Amino acid sequence: MTSTTQAAGRSPVRRLAGTLHRHSRLRLSLLLTAPLLWLAVLYLGSLAVLFVSAFWTTNSFTSEVVKVWSTDNFHALFTTPVFRQVILRSIGVALAVTVLCAVIAFPVAFYTARIARPKWRPLLVVAILTPLWASYLVKVYAWRLILSQGGLADWMLEPFGLSGPGFGLPAAVIALTYLWLPYMILPIHAALEQLPANLLDASADLGGRPVRTFRSVVLPMVLPAVAAGSVFTFSLSLGDYITVQIVGGKTQLIGNLVYSNIELNLPMAAALGTVPVVVIVLYLLAMRRTGALSSL
Amino acid sequence: MQLSRSARIALRLAAGLGFAIIYVPLALVLINSFNPDRSASWPPSSLTFHWWSVAWDNEGARAALWTSVKAGLGATAIALVLGTLVAFAVGRHRFFGRDAISFVVVLPIALPGIVTGIALNSAFSTVLEPLGVGLGMFTVIVGHATFCIVVVFNNVVARLRRTSGTYEEAAMDLGADTFRAFVDVTFPLIRSALLAGALLAFALSFDEIVVTTFTAGPGIETLPIWIFNNMTRPQQAPVVNVVAAVLVLLSVVPIYVAQRLSADTATESRI
Repeated sequence: MTSTTQAAGRSPVRRLAGTLHRHSRLRLSLLLTAPLLWLAVLYLGSLAVLFVSAFWTTNSFTSEVVKVWSTDNFHALFTTPVFRQVILRSIGVALAVTVLCAVIAFPVAFYTARIARPKWRPLLVVAILTPLWASYLVKVYAWRLILSQGGLADWMLEPFGLSGPGFGLPAAVIALTYLWLPYMILPIHAALEQLPANLLDASADLGGRPVRTFRSVVLPMVLPAVAAGSVFTFSLSLGDYITVQIVGGKTQLIGNLVYSNIELNLPMAAALGTVPVVVIVLYLLAMRRTGALSSL
Repeated sequence: MQLSRSARIALRLAAGLGFAIIYVPLALVLINSFNPDRSASWPPSSLTFHWWSVAWDNEGARAALWTSVKAGLGATAIALVLGTLVAFAVGRHRFFGRDAISFVVVLPIALPGIVTGIALNSAFSTVLEPLGVGLGMFTVIVGHATFCIVVVFNNVVARLRRTSGTYEEAAMDLGADTFRAFVDVTFPLIRSALLAGALLAFALSFDEIVVTTFTAGPGIETLPIWIFNNMTRPQQAPVVNVVAAVLVLLSVVPIYVAQRLSADTATESRI
């Protein structure tokens, strides 16, 4: 009696299991339905509407969106001096942050990957990773404390008769460099760690001095890692507007312009928002040629 | 490469300087939370625990913390389900558009937060608001889940790649059906990857400010939004200092747990 009810209770489940097992397409579509609805419909759908709305305009009196196709917003992007300036400044900031990150990251990564004692290396990697988990806002806040009037920067520079940069464009570059530095150190560390020691020995045997070895052996093998790290430092800097609001003083970057346009002129905000996306895609395409993307 | 003694010393110094750059600001946040003055002037005149007790009693910060925890748990739960489903589809099946799917999963964190933010904001306000669902906790959770899926996905896919399907096949040969094989074989194999992914997703959601700004209604204040709103108010400075210090101390937790859970997959999925 019990065995028959058990069998009856189990059989639909087993039958379903059997059906799923036999029909891998069915299994796949069951796996994909929910995530695709979420990502493709909700997310990509919203993105698509946003980019289409970049071609709409607003009524300048009522600020209501007028759904008539026009390229006015993009025309304004290229012809309005303020927009041009801000776009170029944002790209400049992103490049400066990337270069600064690479310059600071290289010696740190070289030390953690090749000079520190091997048993310390994993611990050093954790030491690089930990700040990644400290809150983004807290890290910017730290720089607000450092750069504020009478803060740590002023205190350190005072004996030299100097004062800190205060809040402004340099402060924004410094804070962004600080935020994304670990994203640059980690890939370079990984690349340097994988560099075979005998390659370096071979270069030395062939008469290469350290500088020559560095230039001809180390650098070419580490550049893809630098490029991979730069994808993060560049794109994260390009889209940022919170840091700029906190330590940038009156500085404006693309993100701030998007933010300030959202309430009044959503189509213009959308058009401005396409700028970082296009720039980042172009940057990714350029980086793909270095082979960086495969090591992401 | 045989580096000269002086080159080694120079590199050691440069690396030391680099680590100082990384840790001095965090240490400063910690020290500043004991600063009796409301200003951020350096050095502090003395040290006090006073603000820690003040912060403990601060209703706004507590409420914001609680909001963040709820949003993080909700987003993590959704991301766990969706991320795992996609990971199994991509990791165990071959089909047209597989690469495109991996790409779409990454897109929400690859694009600038402000783009994701306004896209979701305008979608919510045009589709959900006419249905009577305003911006609020629900939309925050949906927004966070969208970019949290990727960390769960990364962890689970990495695990699936290292554990081939042969274990499940063996279980089935021994008479287990699809569900049994999943419960007894697959799930234990991916459990720690799921935990690591959940932890990372929660941390990501907990730290998010931009997408939150655009998906939260006026009444919803997560901890990052609270910090941002109070950062420039001199009256609130001491409490902000303490909250910031607590967050610095807490950042050690996810890295420690993630390292223990799966040293190989968890740490790299943030980047």
